[in-house]
Amino acid sequence: MSDVQEVSRSAEVNSDTKPKITFIDHDGTVHTVEAEIGSTVMETALRNDVSSIVAECGGSCTCATCLVHVDEKWSTMVGPPSAEEEEMLDAAFEVKPTSRLCCQIKVTKELDGLVVHTPAYQGR
Amino acid sequence: MSETIKTDVVIIGAGPVGLFAVFELGLLDIKAHLVDILDKVGGQCAELYPEKPIYDIPGIPQISGQGLVEALMEQIKPFGPTFHIGEMVTMVEKDGEAAFRVGTDAGKVFECKAVVIAAGGGSFQPKRPPINGIEPYEEKSVHYAVRKMDHFRDKKILIVGGGDSALDWTLNLQPIAKRLTLVHRRDEFRGAPDSVNKMRALVASGDMDLKIGQVTDLEGADGQLHAASIKEKDGSTNRIEVDAMLPFFGLTMKLGPVAEWGLDLENNLIPVDTAAFETSVPGLFAIGDINTYPGKLKLILSGFHEGALMAQKAYHYVYPEKKLVFQYTTSSTNLQKKLGVA
Repeated sequence: MSDVQEVSRSAEVNSDTKPKITFIDHDGTVHTVEAEIGSTVMETALRNDVSSIVAECGGSCTCATCLVHVDEKWSTMVGPPSAEEEEMLDAAFEVKPTSRLCCQIKVTKELDGLVVHTPAYQGR
Repeated sequence: MSETIKTDVVIIGAGPVGLFAVFELGLLDIKAHLVDILDKVGGQCAELYPEKPIYDIPGIPQISGQGLVEALMEQIKPFGPTFHIGEMVTMVEKDGEAAFRVGTDAGKVFECKAVVIAAGGGSFQPKRPPINGIEPYEEKSVHYAVRKMDHFRDKKILIVGGGDSALDWTLNLQPIAKRLTLVHRRDEFRGAPDSVNKMRALVASGDMDLKIGQVTDLEGADGQLHAASIKEKDGSTNRIEVDAMLPFFGLTMKLGPVAEWGLDLENNLIPVDTAAFETSVPGLFAIGDINTYPGKLKLILSGFHEGALMAQKAYHYVYPEKKLVFQYTTSSTNLQKKLGVA
């Protein structure tokens, strides 16, 4: 029984369109890209050459160079940062209530259509 | 202050690859000094992910960044490398055949036969806050480190940040400051609880100010700050008089002085050959994340391999008269003696 469920579940994921994420840069440049479910928003940015995401530490939540401001419409869905991430946000600049480190946002089906705004400066 | 240190090889960067280079050089009787801008060894492993597990070190299924650094330090102990931490190499000059002069920002000068750049992503340097027009004040009245406390005596000091650096300097400078203001984006601090309590007590007794918000503007002339504007959490912007500002937002990697050493960089990386990981300058090597060549992968294990091959070539600069015989640590009594196990 469980086998059947597994197959149908994976088929569902494969047949589904991949979630789309939109990065809007400080200068207005819009990048709408496809994301892999289970990867992070940061990885999605790097894979798609969204250069306003630096991600110096590669996703360890230790550098605060992948800051995004989650679009107001999406901030409830994305949720708040963890305590560890909140501390790391201290090393970012112009942090707003909806700011997140996007290496800590996992892509889910529910985040299809997510819009995040990237800052002009990630600290370097 | 200037001292000249004579050695075989200077390694720039004490990250995992720089550390393992000591081992490979040491097996060939080559002495090394390491210079690193951080106040500790380990590079990114120690600074960015000390507690994160690494899964792709050959033969070690899982090890933390700090664990790997400690293991490497143990492994290179027999070779007695000398560390110069908290210093940045500012100068590398070729000074004849198999001769280099290397200088640091602390005024040290090395004379050596080969130089190994193992600088990873570059030098870790303080993050500069995005405040318009901050540059002219830097090193004059905006400081990212405290070199002499007395420099801040009787000054109106503004410290920005919420970690241990911000709190430690708040507590150290408050007694000698004319007035000290700490600005942080939220009313919670990630620094040591004891420091947080001490800071809060000073605020409660009126001996310093704490503002929750961010610095938006600076005023002054000729590099000397006069005032700063702070946008506070309630939306109001307040101007305070300031003689000196100390922002503490952590570190970021910048290429730094490597760009000035006459190497033809490709995308901020140093091109090398893949036989010895040598640059276009004979005797000047680059290993680890800072180099580039066809097929390059930025993996620690690749940096280890690069260090081993580099050492074979470096040997010829250090011992031009001698012939190098390749040996294994498993079977060579000679190597085992160097490792202190035979």
